[in-house]
Amino acid sequence: MRIALFATCLADALFPESATATVRLLERLGHEVVFPPKQTCCGQMHVNTGYQAEALPLVRHHVEAFESGPSWDVAVAPSGSCVGSVRHQHAMVARRYGDESLATRAEDVASRTYELSELLVDVLGVTEVGAYYPHRVTYHPTCHSLRMLRVADKPLQLLRAVRGMTLIELPAAESCCGFGGTFALKNSETSTAMLADKMGNVLSTGAEVCSAGDSSCLMHIGGGLSRLRSGVRTVHLAEILASTEKIGSNA
Amino acid sequence: MTTFLGSPTFHPGTGNIRGTESFPDAARKALTDTQLRANLGAATTTIRNKRIAAVAEVDDWEELRRAGSALKADVMARLPELLVQFEENVTARGGTVHWARDADEANRIITDLVRATGSDEVVKVKSMATQETGLNEHLEENGIAAIETDLAELIVQLGEDKPSHILVPAIHRNRAEIREIFLNAMPGVDKDITDDPRALAMAARAHLRRKFLSAKVAISGANFGVAETGTLAVVESEGNGRMCLTLPDTLITLMGIEKLVPTFTDLEVFMQLLPRSSTAERMNPYTSMWTGVHPGDGPQNFHVVLLDNGRTNVLADETGRSALHCIRCSACLNVCPVYERAGGHAYGSVYPGPIGAILSPQLTGTTGHDDPNASLPYASTLCGACFDACPVRIDIPSILVHLRAEQVDSERHGLPGGQDLAMKAAGFVMGSEKRFAAAETAAKVGRVLGGRSGRITSLPYPASKWTASRDLPAPPKETFRQWWARTHEDTTR
Repeated sequence: MRIALFATCLADALFPESATATVRLLERLGHEVVFPPKQTCCGQMHVNTGYQAEALPLVRHHVEAFESGPSWDVAVAPSGSCVGSVRHQHAMVARRYGDESLATRAEDVASRTYELSELLVDVLGVTEVGAYYPHRVTYHPTCHSLRMLRVADKPLQLLRAVRGMTLIELPAAESCCGFGGTFALKNSETSTAMLADKMGNVLSTGAEVCSAGDSSCLMHIGGGLSRLRSGVRTVHLAEILASTEKIGSNA
Repeated sequence: MTTFLGSPTFHPGTGNIRGTESFPDAARKALTDTQLRANLGAATTTIRNKRIAAVAEVDDWEELRRAGSALKADVMARLPELLVQFEENVTARGGTVHWARDADEANRIITDLVRATGSDEVVKVKSMATQETGLNEHLEENGIAAIETDLAELIVQLGEDKPSHILVPAIHRNRAEIREIFLNAMPGVDKDITDDPRALAMAARAHLRRKFLSAKVAISGANFGVAETGTLAVVESEGNGRMCLTLPDTLITLMGIEKLVPTFTDLEVFMQLLPRSSTAERMNPYTSMWTGVHPGDGPQNFHVVLLDNGRTNVLADETGRSALHCIRCSACLNVCPVYERAGGHAYGSVYPGPIGAILSPQLTGTTGHDDPNASLPYASTLCGACFDACPVRIDIPSILVHLRAEQVDSERHGLPGGQDLAMKAAGFVMGSEKRFAAAETAAKVGRVLGGRSGRITSLPYPASKWTASRDLPAPPKETFRQWWARTHEDTTR
């Protein structure tokens, strides 16, 4: 299958390993990955902060980026949040400004855009991706994966099939970590209180690694764990699934 | 479509639906109160888990939710006609209907009605509408004592405190604190009372029983009003409501105009949705319904005051109006991670939590970004737990996003603030892949901030809001875009 990577602006700029791992994983599974070069950002931060007028050109840019460039069957992003934005916000923003044709085009792109675990389990029909990851891991199901996309336990199905890994259940897993985009700045103290509880739960598992399907949430949780000098690392789901015995690391 | 009920424009600021400080400022105080946070965390976790179990017992829960949502949408679409029908039926059965445009008017009408009875004391069923209008305070100013008879509401009243939860107003108090409140403020309480919940409940019961038997006037809210019959319904757990609704001679009910259902059978849907969502009970212990007056049985004078107080403004907003579908079950509060930490008082309004974050600013309107209610739509991470819990499927996250956009758009004519500039700049950079790539390259200068650890631990304002409690990774040596060009360049075209 020809799969277009929607890298997301955050992964592109700050967490490239989640995007490179997605590419390596899909290529290992025998698929062709293409990167529509015009892509930048889905505009979610703008929409969620109230700047829908500023988001409109970003929605248009995203749609054009995926309509132009190499052809593709499905698109994938290593982020439940950004896929949620494409699926649930792009057409809404276009319609708010009366651009029905953009809304229709956005719906077409959205209908073929998947979050990584959705793509693997629902579209490609695999749960065993040949990964090897000899670590103790706990998994945080991010809010937008869980409640905007309804990925349910697909990430866990994938993780349970990883060889060498011990998967430890995270207490109160479905509680938000407190990131929420600009919420982390606007309501910094409340965000920090939510983070403290999330970190306490992560540490209670004794895991070496806290994983999730969103770099943004991991940036928040990882930023807190780093400040505590806890020694627990945050690793994107894609990186775990891309790991193999042969490579042995996230090279 | 807009719906106009003929009420003049509501003047914002009347009633207890706007606080004095922004959500972040008010939350800051609650967050430092470790006892409060422990009380809230324990209580919401318990009730949250109980609700999940109670809901799981119902096979057709999703269908019920959809039915509740559809019924409420129908009510909103036909509100003027249903209100007239309701008034006709209440009047035909011997009740009197009054219309109140805002909180002040409602308080004035009710105070006059109480005065006319010659009574200077009223018993009250817990009512969000009277809290919204600040009725108790208004009655007190006019020399009328209003006695709350719901146990938690009584705790709040005796403690000279404010409710912090719709359903469990004293959720922020533990039993040791309640014992102290009773010792200080409850007349005739046993000085050796323990903090055993049963002992505390029995003391309150003895205190309230005296009030029920002497009161001539009761004031209630209403969970539902049935347009078809003019029937009102109150749902409660302690029996205090039934006492108030049946014993006094005069009963005055304050009801928000959105509380209507079209027909008596529609109650079937809500009587299933409400108890499981609010108290995690299959059925609430007391459901009282009354229709007009009946000689020799129950109150002989019955008044219902229909309250607008901003509701027609909410109704006029097609996206936001479903906030009026709320049946005040408080399920959204109990699942909200923000409410759980910040508590109810941080929301400023008598409607806290996710529903308060969309309802309060819509009811009052907002006067600019310094309006405390303008901060409420931002008091959420948009995690979506509230939408999943809502028994009438109010899409709270989408309405929050909508209200944020309205807020930003309403201030576009003024001088741009720091956030406006940041968002515009980010939009400019992200609007082109070339500019984005250039910005990524520029950001690599930030690698020096990371030092040897690769972690940035301190940044200037406003990024300091992040680094106060969280590290930030230094930008990587190679962006994804660069990695792709290095490893896949020939396959791009």
